[in-house]
Amino acid sequence: MSILINKDTKVIVQGFTGKEGTFHAEQCLAYGTKIVGGVTPNKGGQEHLGQPVFNTVAEAVKTTGATVSMIFVPPAFVGDAVMEAAEAGIELAVIITEGAPVKDMQMAKAHATKHGMKTLGPNCPGIITAEECKIGIMPGMIFKKGNVGLISKSGTLTYEGANQVCNEGFGITTAVGIGGDPIIGLSYLQLLPMFEADPETECIVMIGEIGGDLEIQAAAYIKEHISKPVVAFIAGQTAPKGKTMGHAGAIVSGSAGTAAEKMAALEAAGATVVVSPAEIGKAVTKALSK
Amino acid sequence: MNIHEYQAKQIFAKYGVPTPKGIMAESVPAAVKAAEQLGGPVWVVKAQIHAGGRGLGGGVKLAKSIEEVRELSEEILGMTLVTHQTTEAGKLVKKLYIEDGADIKAEYYLSVVLDRKLEMPSIIASTEGGMNIEDVAENSPEKIITVPVDPAVGFQGFHGRQLAFGLGISDKTEQKNIISFAKKLFKLYMENDAEMIEINPLIRTGAGEFLALDGKMGFDNSALGRHPDIEAMRDFSEEDADEVEAAKYGLSYVALDGEIGCMVNGAGLAMGTMDTINHMGGTPANFLDVGGSANAETVAKGFEIILKNPNVKAIFVNIFGGIVRCDRIANGIIEATKITDVNVPVIVRLDGTNAPEAAEILKNANISNLIVGSDLGDGAAKAVAAAKGN
Repeated sequence: MSILINKDTKVIVQGFTGKEGTFHAEQCLAYGTKIVGGVTPNKGGQEHLGQPVFNTVAEAVKTTGATVSMIFVPPAFVGDAVMEAAEAGIELAVIITEGAPVKDMQMAKAHATKHGMKTLGPNCPGIITAEECKIGIMPGMIFKKGNVGLISKSGTLTYEGANQVCNEGFGITTAVGIGGDPIIGLSYLQLLPMFEADPETECIVMIGEIGGDLEIQAAAYIKEHISKPVVAFIAGQTAPKGKTMGHAGAIVSGSAGTAAEKMAALEAAGATVVVSPAEIGKAVTKALSK
Repeated sequence: MNIHEYQAKQIFAKYGVPTPKGIMAESVPAAVKAAEQLGGPVWVVKAQIHAGGRGLGGGVKLAKSIEEVRELSEEILGMTLVTHQTTEAGKLVKKLYIEDGADIKAEYYLSVVLDRKLEMPSIIASTEGGMNIEDVAENSPEKIITVPVDPAVGFQGFHGRQLAFGLGISDKTEQKNIISFAKKLFKLYMENDAEMIEINPLIRTGAGEFLALDGKMGFDNSALGRHPDIEAMRDFSEEDADEVEAAKYGLSYVALDGEIGCMVNGAGLAMGTMDTINHMGGTPANFLDVGGSANAETVAKGFEIILKNPNVKAIFVNIFGGIVRCDRIANGIIEATKITDVNVPVIVRLDGTNAPEAAEILKNANISNLIVGSDLGDGAAKAVAAAKGN
C-alpha cells in the first residue's frame, strides 16, 4: 500500500518536451512510472520519449485516462497549467516548477479546489511511492520500500531523511515533498490522515521549517487523530528574523513562525522532535522498536 | 523586493490613493527647492531608507520655515540611521522626501498582506495608528481588524463596511472616503503583485479625508518579470551587497554572525546544517543554498563569498547529490579550490548518487586542508572541531 500514487497510476507531463520536462520524464519512465503522454501546445500529434504529445490537457486525459499531471511549465505559466489540469479532470497536479508568482497560485489553488483536484507544490521535489511510481525530480534509488511515510517542505531534507531511514534498515512507503512556498497544495493536514489510514505505514517522518503555521496545525491534528509514531524536524532554529531563507515561505515574521514554537507544539502533541536532521534515522529506529 | 516611501507614494498616486504632496531630493539644495515648490507653511523632512522606525531614530522631522528645511536636510542627509528594523550599523541616508505637513485629526494603521492560512490577501486595520502593529497585536488584539478579500470576487462593498464600522468611523462622508481608499489600495496590491503594503500612519484630516502619511511596499520577487516598471525601482544600495552578488550566480546567501561557513544544496538542508552546527556547539557564519545544480563555478563563487567574511574559521560543504552526481560535485570542489584561495579547513560531506566515487576523488586529490565527513552529523562535528582549531 501507499498513499496517492502507486504502480498503476497513469501520469501525463505538462511541459513534456521542454528541457526539464524531458530529462525528468525520462528518469520517471526509467523508474517505472506509467507516463502515458504529455502536453505541449502546438506539438500535438508528435511522439516524445515513446509517448504521445497532445495540445491540451483535456485531449490527453480523454485519450490516455491519466489521473495525475506532473507540471514543468515555466513559472509564469504555472497558474494557467494548473487551472487547465483542474478543468480537464486531473485528480492530482504535481507542480515541480520553482518561482511561480504567489498571486497565480492563490487563483490556481482556489480553482483546483473548486474542481476537486488536489495539488502538490509548487517548488517541490514531487512524490514517490518507493519502487513503484516516482512523479518528480528526486533520486529514485535512495527510496527503498518499507514502512515509513515521509512529508517534507524541503527537497534535499526529503532525501536526507529517506536516506537515513533506509540506512537504518527500514524503508519508505510514500515520500511527499510539499514545497516551501507561501501558498502550497497538499500539506501535513491532508497527508497525515492518509498515512494514518495506510496499513503499511507504521511511522511518519514530518520535516518542516520556519514560516507560516502549517506545522502548528499539523501538531493539533497529530494530538487528536494520529496513533502512529511521528518523528519531526523543523529547519531554521538558527535562522534570523525577517530574512527569507531560500524558500519564499521560509521567513520568521515578527514573533510568528519560529522553529521553537513549532517544535514545542509538536513535542506537546506527542511527536519525537529531533534538533538536527542528522538524528532522523535513529529516532525512527527508536520509534519503530517501541 | 522592497521600495522606498517616495516610490510607494508614486504608485499610490497612480491609483488615486490620496497622499500629502511630496518631492524626493538627493541634495540639500534640491530639498530646499522642493520645499519652495510645495509652498508650505509646514514641511516634513523624511529620510528614505528601507526600514521602519525612522521617526524614532531621528530621520523624520517637522520644519516650519524654508531655513529649517535646509537645516534639517543637512542634518538628516548623510546621517547613519539606526532603527529597530536596521542592523546595529544602521543605514546611510542618501535620499530625502520633502512632504507637505498634514492636518492630522486621527491616526490609523492600514495594511494589505497575504494571509497564508486563508490563502488570500487580508486588509488589516487598527485605530492605533503610528504604533508598532506587532505590539498592538500582542497587547490589545481586539483593536486589530482583519478583512480577508477573495481575489476571485474582489473588493466588495461589505469589505469596505467591515473596515469602516470596525474602525468606528460613523460619519457618512468619512465612511465613503475610507472605503474608496481601501478599494483603490486593494486594486493596487493585486495589479502589482505586491507582497505587502503598509500605511502607518494612515491619517484622517480635519476635512474628513484619509491620507497615506507613510507608505511601505514589498513585492513578490517571482512576479517582477511582469512588472518592469517596479523592477526598475529596485535600489541595490539598500540591500546586502553579498546577497546581491550571490543572487547573480543563482546562490541564495544570508550572512550570520558565527564562525563556520556553510555551503549546502537546498534551502531546507542548508537551514538544517546551520541547526546541526549550532547543536554541536559551533556557530554558523551564513546560510548558503547553492541550488540544485552545484558545479565548479557556483562552488567557487560560494567559497569566494563565504571567505569575504573575516570571522570564518572553517567551511562545511554539505551536499546531498540527487540528480546531480556527487562525483561531478567532488570535481567541482577540487576545481573551486584551484580558482579560489581557500585558507581555512574545508569539511566536505557528499552523499547520494555516486557518493563512494566522490569520496575516492576527494581522497586522491591530496588537498591539505580538505577533510571528508561521512555523513551530516560527522561532517558537522568535524567542522565544529576545525573551527575551534582542533
